[in-house]
Amino acid sequence: MNVVNPTITGTVLPRANPLSKLFAAVVITVVVMLSVDWVSAGVVLGSELLLLPLLGISVRKLFLRTWPFVIAAVVAAYGTALLAEKTGRVLLEFGPVLFTQDSVNAGLAIGLRGLAIALPGLFLLTTTDPTDLADALAQRLKAPHRFVLGALAGMRLVGLLFDEWRTLGLARHARGVGHEGNPAARFGHFLGQAFGLMVQAIRRATRLAVAMEARGFGAGPRTWARESTFSRVDVVVVLVGLLIAAIAVTASVLTGTWNFIFG
Amino acid sequence: MTATAEPVPASITANGWGWRHPGRTRWAVRNIDLTIEPGQRVLLLGASGAGKSTLLHGLAGVLGDQDEGEQAGELTIDGVSPADSRGRSGLVLQDPDSQLVLARIGDEVAFGAENLAVPRNEIWPRVRQSLDDVGLNVPLNHSTTALSGGQKQRLALAAVLAMQPGLLLLDEPTANLDPAGVLEVRDAVLRVLNRTSATLVVVEHRVEIWADVVDRVVVLESDGGILADGAPATVLRHESTRARLIEAGVWVPGYRPETPTVRTGSGTDLLQASGLSVARTKRGPAVLSGVDLTLRRQEAVSVLGPNGAGKSTLALTLAGLLRPRGGGLTALEPLARGAGATPYEWKSADLVNRIGTVFQEPEHQFLTNTVREELEFGPRRVARLTEEEVRRRIDPIAERLRLTGLLKANPFTLSGGEKRRLSAATMLATSPDILILDEPTFGQDANTWAELVTLLVELIHGGTCVVSVTHDREYTAALGSRIAAVDGTSATLEAA
Repeated sequence: MNVVNPTITGTVLPRANPLSKLFAAVVITVVVMLSVDWVSAGVVLGSELLLLPLLGISVRKLFLRTWPFVIAAVVAAYGTALLAEKTGRVLLEFGPVLFTQDSVNAGLAIGLRGLAIALPGLFLLTTTDPTDLADALAQRLKAPHRFVLGALAGMRLVGLLFDEWRTLGLARHARGVGHEGNPAARFGHFLGQAFGLMVQAIRRATRLAVAMEARGFGAGPRTWARESTFSRVDVVVVLVGLLIAAIAVTASVLTGTWNFIFG
Repeated sequence: MTATAEPVPASITANGWGWRHPGRTRWAVRNIDLTIEPGQRVLLLGASGAGKSTLLHGLAGVLGDQDEGEQAGELTIDGVSPADSRGRSGLVLQDPDSQLVLARIGDEVAFGAENLAVPRNEIWPRVRQSLDDVGLNVPLNHSTTALSGGQKQRLALAAVLAMQPGLLLLDEPTANLDPAGVLEVRDAVLRVLNRTSATLVVVEHRVEIWADVVDRVVVLESDGGILADGAPATVLRHESTRARLIEAGVWVPGYRPETPTVRTGSGTDLLQASGLSVARTKRGPAVLSGVDLTLRRQEAVSVLGPNGAGKSTLALTLAGLLRPRGGGLTALEPLARGAGATPYEWKSADLVNRIGTVFQEPEHQFLTNTVREELEFGPRRVARLTEEEVRRRIDPIAERLRLTGLLKANPFTLSGGEKRRLSAATMLATSPDILILDEPTFGQDANTWAELVTLLVELIHGGTCVVSVTHDREYTAALGSRIAAVDGTSATLEAA
């Protein structure tokens, strides 16, 4: 998976403005974070999964990207169920291992919640071109363009640094500093290589800054070749986001499981 | 229509101009008196360190203000200071990768016009016109990273053209390109000049690329001022200036620096590849397969072929740095000396006195804080040596590569040429049997080139096997190299 230049997947979301996707993702995430209960988290996660085919995101690809989150969620759920307050009916007792109704509920809530929070962010990341996001931030939210475009150019540099790291490793091996020896030596080599990478990153960034300045970047007003627009898709994305959040809160309050974190 | 309107060519005036970088005692460039008329095409020459790039950056208005250096005299474009005439000049730099800003080709070209606040409906016609001018016929949403080196440089040119500059500034635009890429870029510049009649100032070591294109050659003196100025035919052919140019390391057309004659022998076999296939990464596709090649003592091999054909990957595999994808790569006993038959599995301490690799970017291989430590690092890695033994090994190499006066300097603060010499010296300090060099002559002036060839000839006579990834036919001939021609699927051997 390439974090810097993600492959854009799906059919609907790539057409939406990054800001509407960001808004929907934030609304959903905030609702899930506000309450630790399995109903609201379950509703959100369920809706997200139901939306997958509609968004044209394949389950297989999604799993390939998210499996670390899935494992983390399972581990968190298990740990919580094991350690949470042991109230309610006993479900399983085996030596020191004791699961009760309430501890399992708490575990489920934590696991589902983790996944429900991770997915909107992933949807945003895998369906958004960084350039479009920068356009939207600068044109629609009036974020300072020096900062937004600087960050965008910086992201491209990060991609180049992956290759640079590999080359550095080979170049240092050729000098007699390989990835070998005891852990302390290896750590020392790692630090040395990291320093080398930093030097190269600064060199490249300086050259890029000169190239950008030579092309008139910096002071003064600028225009935008690509207009960041909103369309009907954006209305749908925002409404669906709000809807999922509303259903989750309602269901959770009605079933009496709403468990406000500040309450 | 304004979008395709021709820019007005710019004029340049310098009156006793000079620039000193902060914290330096020496002026990077000074005492420049120069007038360039609108539409003139000027080739700017001079020895390494004569200040050609500084002058170009000054004209582009990117040297910065008083905090970033000290200015003397006056430098203007159309009578205005370069920093205040944004968009009048367009600068193309040497490294294709560090001047691309955005991810998509169309956006990259539009960037400069956006910064000049050109209205949106004028930008896209300009983008198409500029890409057309440089002959880059790819979709606007194509990724900028997927281009070849020559294409990237043409894209960089298109990106400055969209600003409709009256002055084109090219800083060694072809130094990092293969021969096909060099012509691509040169021809694109020509097409652009013929349409826009913009003023041109180009800096390049290899004079023959531009000699027929420009109508004026200006040569900077190393310690300030101008050494020669006139028509190419006059400056490049006239006895006195020609001699001075050669002395300064300029690649004057029809001149090849003198180097000692090489006597290659067919020494002992060292490393044998049979049916070897190589890949850049562990899981990536194989870039070459079926390579049969034997490396012997006292000979040179040049790996030739277009960029992206797998030359470097082959070299890094032969160097024991990349794991062979398939086939055999066997270190024979004279090379292996008990370390095992598979170079990739050698410990790096065993590698350094058997196969040395000089990377294209010297800084990638610097490990310490002083030139002396840098030179001592390899020998100390191989064996426990006394101070005396280390010195005996290092001093002649430092002497030979003119590093003796720099032993206390920090490697990262050296000049480009000094860094190159140091990176070669660090490899020689452990006397490897095989020395592998990646594009050793890219962007080198004629003096450095001759120095390198002389050194390598001496090594070959001493029994070393020298393998080079290169595009440089003259270098290949000067070393009497056998040629391994790489074509993107396999490598075939030609006689020397």
